[in-house]
Amino acid sequence: MNNLLLNISGVNKRFGGLQALTDVGIQIRPGQIHGLIGPNGAGKTTFFNVITGLYQPDTGTFELAGKPYSPSAPHAVAKAGIARTFQNIRLFGEMTALENVMVGRHVRTRQGVFGAIFRHKAARIEEAAIRTRAQELLDFVGIGQFANRTARYLSYGDQRRLEIARALATEPKLLALDEPAAGMNATEKLALRELLVKIQQEGKTVLLIEHDVKLMMGLCDRISVLEYGKLIAEGLPAEIQKNDAVIKAYLGGAH
Amino acid sequence: MALLTFDTAHKPKQAYASMAILLALMLVFPFVASQFGNSWVRILDMALLYIMLALGLNIVVGFAGLLDLGYIAFFAVGAYLTGLLASPQFAALLESLINYHPELQDAIVATFGEDVRTNGIHLSVWFIVPLAAIMAGIFGALLGAPTLKLRGDYLAIVTLGFGEIIRIFMNNLNDPINFTNGPQGINLIDPIRIFGVSLAGEAGSRATVFIGGFGMPSVNAYYFLFLLLCIVTIFMTSRLQHSRLGRAWVAIREDEIAAKAMGINTRNVKLLAFSMGASFGGVAGAMFASFQGFVSPESFSLTESISVLAMVVLGGIGHIPGVVLGGVLLAALPEVLRHVVEPTQQALFGKVLIEAEVLRQLLYGLALVLIMLNRPAGLWPSPLKEDRPLAATDKDEKEENAAA
Repeated sequence: MNNLLLNISGVNKRFGGLQALTDVGIQIRPGQIHGLIGPNGAGKTTFFNVITGLYQPDTGTFELAGKPYSPSAPHAVAKAGIARTFQNIRLFGEMTALENVMVGRHVRTRQGVFGAIFRHKAARIEEAAIRTRAQELLDFVGIGQFANRTARYLSYGDQRRLEIARALATEPKLLALDEPAAGMNATEKLALRELLVKIQQEGKTVLLIEHDVKLMMGLCDRISVLEYGKLIAEGLPAEIQKNDAVIKAYLGGAH
Repeated sequence: MALLTFDTAHKPKQAYASMAILLALMLVFPFVASQFGNSWVRILDMALLYIMLALGLNIVVGFAGLLDLGYIAFFAVGAYLTGLLASPQFAALLESLINYHPELQDAIVATFGEDVRTNGIHLSVWFIVPLAAIMAGIFGALLGAPTLKLRGDYLAIVTLGFGEIIRIFMNNLNDPINFTNGPQGINLIDPIRIFGVSLAGEAGSRATVFIGGFGMPSVNAYYFLFLLLCIVTIFMTSRLQHSRLGRAWVAIREDEIAAKAMGINTRNVKLLAFSMGASFGGVAGAMFASFQGFVSPESFSLTESISVLAMVVLGGIGHIPGVVLGGVLLAALPEVLRHVVEPTQQALFGKVLIEAEVLRQLLYGLALVLIMLNRPAGLWPSPLKEDRPLAATDKDEKEENAAA
């Protein structure tokens, strides 16, 4: 199974009396866009939070690019190579767009107190590299001209893009997006789709949670479906569309 | 504030010119002020110490967004450390040891020499200042460690408790072993001595410091030392602010969960903020002890913590020039009032109607309320990012507008 970028299996998570996830797993191949869908409350975001270290799983094995990683803390997961965005955008509101992305470089850079105060050569070089890379990423997601705008005042769609740029700044092996199209209109969704394809073309692997099934069917290489905290289907979009369990989950079973 | 700008990134010429003008004024000030009496310079000396404190607290509260109500504790740590290591107090400590650990006493006397028994320890300022910074930094991390998961109100309560604990310790650590001399405080702390020049002036010089053939009042000498330290503090904190670390602090302030998800080890970075902030407080404390020659627990009450916090919040939280302004106003204005109010009333009414102290409290409270109502971001807040686009972006936007 060495050709998998992300290999997670046997994840259980219980919140008090509620079994939120039961034996959930996911296998993602490098370079693919993998979708995770399911009705409201199916446990998508919980699973997502477990993968990215925000929640501690009760059980489960986690492997990224063939190496086991421990989802014990979000910053460790980011360092291991999974970067995420949030369902309800979480930017650093008072910072500029550029500074937001520069924060994303934190985990791949290393200057500390002495570098900051003395600004020796290594520190200056690193700082310049952070700035250049951040600007490149802003250009890449298409908001380079807003580099010095305060993040809070960006339009909704641009905030989503900024969050993606910030996540990309951590040089992730896997980019995990939690409902990036939520609240977007049709035009914005189209633009987002183009961006995701562009990210895929850069060789990035993407895990995508989304409600918009139409968007997902056209975009994803593979899709996993969750219902009541259990994985009910996994496969190509065309297979998922025809899968009885999935249709039942979305439309209800009683005919 | 239009004339003075300190925005070196966007208006470097104006910023450096403003700094030069301000520095020139600051250098001339004591010579002018001492014509009207040393007390005016003394006021500024204390104001400079408060500015250092406010700048240190600004790292914790302004940058990292961690509300600290016990900051004065680090000031106390620095001050008491100086008290212990640069005064006869250590002799008292040794004397109190005799009943409990005579062997320890003997060991200390053997290490430092018989002189310790009568005169205490008198370390040089070159040892004490770094030691105060390190000790306060350790205490900062000690305070930070249990509060890592707390935010906002809860953090404020715990830090408030910490501040009080330190003060109460200082008040009671005179028995069984006499570390702090209790409520009486530590007296006869050595003045600062740099390259053989005592900043308090030599005995018989009537508190005049001679450097070469040039003499000036002791308060002036301290003024220049504190000014230098303030400049160093401003330099260090502003460099920290515009660094990878500074960005991480602000990121934690803005959204801790997102900061974690971006790979920032929030535990370490927060501890570092506490620790860095505290070490500036420690240095200020060491200076305070040497300057006053006396420390007692009264100087480190909750009110002091609150007034340092007020300087940060009122001046402009997270904005270094604003914090300095807040420090000057809140530290100096009450003292100036004290000097002005009663003579003015004497002149106007022939008697003192409202005592300076009462009026000071009244005005202080009124000023806080008015400023928070009218300028919630502080007197001199960080300029909004929109107001200062970089030259390149500015051009782009103009081109865009032209195209449209």
